[in-house]
Amino acid sequence: MTLITRRNALKMGLAGGALLAGSSLAMAQLRIVVEGANFQPLPIAIPDFASSDPAFGKEIAEIVRNDLRRSGLFLPLDPASLPVQVGDVNATPDFNTWRTANVDALVMGGVERGGQISSSVRVWDTQQASQVVGSSYNTDPNSSRRVAHIIADAIYAALAGSTGYFDTRVIYVAESGPKANRVRRLAIMDQDGANVQYLTDGQSMALTPRFSPNGDLVTYMNFADGNPQVYLLQLSSGKQQRLANVGAMTFAPRFSPDGGTVAFSVEQSGATNIYVTGVGGGQPTQLTSGAAIDTGPSYSPDGSRIAFESDRGGSPQIYIMSSGGGNAQRISFGQGSYSTPVWSPKGDLIAFTRQSGGQFNIGIMAPDGSGERMLYTSFHAEGPTWAPNGRVIMFFQDPGGNDGPKLMSVDIWGRNLLTIPTESYASDPSWSGLRA
Amino acid sequence: MVITAPINTALRAVAMLFFVVVVAACSRTPDAMPTGVGNLGPGGGAPGSQQEFLVSVGDRVFFTTDSSSLTTEATATLDKQAAWLNQYQNYRIMIEGHADERGTREYNIALGARRASVVVNYLVSKGVNGQRITSQSFGKERPVAICNDISCWSQNRRAVTVVQ
Repeated sequence: MTLITRRNALKMGLAGGALLAGSSLAMAQLRIVVEGANFQPLPIAIPDFASSDPAFGKEIAEIVRNDLRRSGLFLPLDPASLPVQVGDVNATPDFNTWRTANVDALVMGGVERGGQISSSVRVWDTQQASQVVGSSYNTDPNSSRRVAHIIADAIYAALAGSTGYFDTRVIYVAESGPKANRVRRLAIMDQDGANVQYLTDGQSMALTPRFSPNGDLVTYMNFADGNPQVYLLQLSSGKQQRLANVGAMTFAPRFSPDGGTVAFSVEQSGATNIYVTGVGGGQPTQLTSGAAIDTGPSYSPDGSRIAFESDRGGSPQIYIMSSGGGNAQRISFGQGSYSTPVWSPKGDLIAFTRQSGGQFNIGIMAPDGSGERMLYTSFHAEGPTWAPNGRVIMFFQDPGGNDGPKLMSVDIWGRNLLTIPTESYASDPSWSGLRA
Repeated sequence: MVITAPINTALRAVAMLFFVVVVAACSRTPDAMPTGVGNLGPGGGAPGSQQEFLVSVGDRVFFTTDSSSLTTEATATLDKQAAWLNQYQNYRIMIEGHADERGTREYNIALGARRASVVVNYLVSKGVNGQRITSQSFGKERPVAICNDISCWSQNRRAVTVVQ
């Protein structure tokens, strides 16, 4: 994998990603207003990328179009309908032609594959006749899809008022076989479903994988030892080991924002409490106590607090405590029960699963419990995870019976419900941060 | 893996045996909820055999939604289990705790453990040596009855006593 990091590519002046010379960066008026009942996705023209290999240029442009389309914020126009079929990144477009075609946002790109992949892209505001962004990127030759995702992220960042989330991966549980004896193993893929790899062989059941912030370490629940136990798996080496030796059963792990600590549940004699321990080992520290079930810990992005679920009051509800333990405050008060709290990477929202009236809901609320909104309701849905920009939630939905679960996503405005394509049944998604 | 392999085999055997009940339960309303495989009828196996435990004693107890309290039927079954286990001391005992599908994954892992723990404690209170007993939670990951209504969920909320 390339050593030219994505962040560098976005910032660097030379090797990785360079701002293209040309018209100065105007404060473009071209902006997607993401809130509001009258929301309309922004039409955007993306001709095929210029390339000495036209098929490659077409392939890269199509990945960019697909990312932007799937965000729900953009409406890429049919490339066959455009006045220009292949982009030219080195020339100023004929703005009149594009305005006449009712195109406000225009992307011109080029890509070449040699010792590495080099791609340049400019985003134009045709009404202002100005360049919104112009950048070039180099990556290693095996990362052609990543180049396209990085470009899509740059376009999203320029026009949608937030960083993007396309150059990311999702780790999940791939499920196969009859429900009563289903095989569950870990799999990883790009956020759009491409490049699937299976990480465990299914001999022992694997559940609830979660990414570390650096994206190389994964923590999950492994049944190899009989009772499930929390494991750490390093993606780059394939090495794995048990996290801690405490209690009868350990499960429900999640990393701290600095990646140095894992919070998880420990069961002993029917009581389940939350512990933390360093990823390097050491003695686990107990954060909650009592006979209740305390599980599903999730850190706030500043690391100071932990949201978790507990049935200490009767039914499962969401509580927030200090990350050192203590001072737990209940924040969920609607009908039914609440589970799987997951703190947004932005810190402003907590996603959860709510069971009420025989239905499951995926919802969000502020960390003080206010502003609760349901984003998706069905017979069964659970396990939310956040895109790194805090705008999209992936979860899994299960129709029940002998059918199996599938991954879906929805944005925080309750729009753009998508099914994520997977080869098998799929559950427990965990979304990575933007890749380094 | 040394431990899980025989458990899985036993679980599959139990699941296959139980499948008969599942089909019956899902295709028409049963006259009464089964309280265990003991309801399968005659053919109880030799005294002291695993078959006898399955068929004549009953290897499982059921719970109500989100509960780990033992019902009257459950304690009756566990009383029979304890008497049998105290008579045949050579068996080791694994208690499997399970939940139905109407909950989230992690909570149900904990709920299965809590149910198993309640059964372990009850059997110990009836004189079964705790040294013989281990327990494991499967959460909602190993249902025996597959359908989208309570006729199945009520069979999946269970603790199974596996003698080995």
